[in-house]
Amino acid sequence: MGVEGTGPGIEQAFEQAAVALTAIVTDPERVEPAQAVGVLCEASDAELLLVDWLNAVVFEMAARRMLFRRFRVVIDNHRLQGTLWGEPVDRSRHRPAVEVKGATYTELSVSRQADGRWRARCVVDV
Amino acid sequence: MDTGLFVRRSATRWEVEPHGPMRVPAVIYADQALIRDMDRKVYEQLCNVASLPGIVGAAYAMPDAHWGYGFPIGGVAAFDREQDGIVSAGGVGFDISCGVRALLTGIDARAIEPVKSRLADELYRTVPAGVGSVGEIHLDDAAMDAMLTGGARWAIDAGFGEADDLIRLEERGKIDGADPAAVSARARQRQRDEMGTLGSGNHYLEVQHVVEIFDAEAAAAFGLQRDDIIVSIHCGSRGLGHQIGTEFLKQMVVSAAEHGIALPDRELACAPIRSELGRSYLGAMRAGMNCALANRQIITHLVRQVFARVLPEAELPVLYDVSHNICKEEEHCVDGCPRRLFVHRKGATRAYGPGHRSLPERLRPCGQPVLIGGSMGTASYVLAGMVSSEEQAFSSACHGAGRAMSRHQARRRWRGREVVRELATRGIQIRCPSMRGVAEEAPGAYKDVAAVVRAAEAAGLARAVARLDPLICIKG
Repeated sequence: MGVEGTGPGIEQAFEQAAVALTAIVTDPERVEPAQAVGVLCEASDAELLLVDWLNAVVFEMAARRMLFRRFRVVIDNHRLQGTLWGEPVDRSRHRPAVEVKGATYTELSVSRQADGRWRARCVVDV
Repeated sequence: MDTGLFVRRSATRWEVEPHGPMRVPAVIYADQALIRDMDRKVYEQLCNVASLPGIVGAAYAMPDAHWGYGFPIGGVAAFDREQDGIVSAGGVGFDISCGVRALLTGIDARAIEPVKSRLADELYRTVPAGVGSVGEIHLDDAAMDAMLTGGARWAIDAGFGEADDLIRLEERGKIDGADPAAVSARARQRQRDEMGTLGSGNHYLEVQHVVEIFDAEAAAAFGLQRDDIIVSIHCGSRGLGHQIGTEFLKQMVVSAAEHGIALPDRELACAPIRSELGRSYLGAMRAGMNCALANRQIITHLVRQVFARVLPEAELPVLYDVSHNICKEEEHCVDGCPRRLFVHRKGATRAYGPGHRSLPERLRPCGQPVLIGGSMGTASYVLAGMVSSEEQAFSSACHGAGRAMSRHQARRRWRGREVVRELATRGIQIRCPSMRGVAEEAPGAYKDVAAVVRAAEAAGLARAVARLDPLICIKG
């Protein structure tokens, strides 16, 4: 399943890609951004960093049994500092459709579009 | 896709001669209609696989092949360690040792009808499924290590099942060479509370009805009779396998250049079998296989508990348990000579023919049971491995119908509640926490499994033994 985020900068594109990831599982609007979780990622290029970032979100969802709605990303020279806001899974309220196994390197791209906006996309395995 | 991309060697064998970086041919087993319906990406991905170092014979795709990540789903490729062959985390995928276990019940389909709803409810309540579900078992570090090396044997020693179950499990329930030290703290963390859980997506627990027998002799050897009830469990190594796949995929992407490997697609991330990374991955992946075997063993125990309450006359011996996402070191005959090869099957099932020495005595005359999963409304099949499968594709066959449309397309086309209602009119009871999940897994989103089975049989990969129609389907 493909996820794509766009934004005025690469960081916002990464944040929106993570919202798209949540949307595979549930409607992000149903998730309360009650608790914050921090993650750190590092990779040698922007595309690998996107996979790392999405996999960090997948890990936090699985290990903490949480869903996340809001994301903040700060990238400094291929180091990414991320904050995820969400809440524990409530199966009756969130009605999660499917769990994400991991982000793949398929159809992976991070690029600046002709209109100046950034786009971050890849396929995730569910 | 365009059949003109291939040289047609027979009604069901389509070949691509090596060109460009390809080291061996690419071969797809399918009939013309199935080939036409396949995405061109299957061709591209199979040609990429054929270019990997140390590949032996050809890169193969089964009749249910579809566009995957790096490898096509339904892909089979074998590599020789002595020829600098590789092992690929992408070639196994995230769902390490995902597979199917089938249980016999000795119950006639008519006995199910009066208790079908109750049985469905109890199975749904007892077997944890879906996002956020946790099992009753919580593993500390020592128990985790024991599970990762012991597989289903560990589960049986812990009280989940009988020693006799092991006879009918691939690798007798425990694969050697697992290295728990190669499994990261994060992979362990994801698994700590997930033992005995079904997962979500295309995973399921089904109660099925044997509606047709195609091969009476093999059916008798497998313990199958018309109108019998069968239970099928489709799941894998849960979060542990997903995390192992994620971590080794990254390490293999990053280190490919230093191993002198030019990756045609980053998702084909791999490392030489002889490298430290290759050995480490094999140790972790085998631990993942043991986790999957233990997981299906625990679920088997939970299913037996439910049947003991609802249909106490049922006994639930194992028919067979086999993985379809795995890399196994196996002996195969290549040009008349036995060779040890590392066979990757990604969405493909091992299919040993009659007489194979690894099969339990009772099954040996008829070949290995090959368990083909359907999807809620569609049939599942039991096939039997054939001797001809050895030379066709290193003793491999298909694993399921394969998706015909994306989850997104399925969601736009169907409503979950309508799917559940429509299936109920056909006597099929669905239990799933998410109606959106049901829509995404609607039977119409999958290819015609009967056509896949016919093509597998015509290609000499496996022969049909029985068709099973669903009566109850538990989804995560």
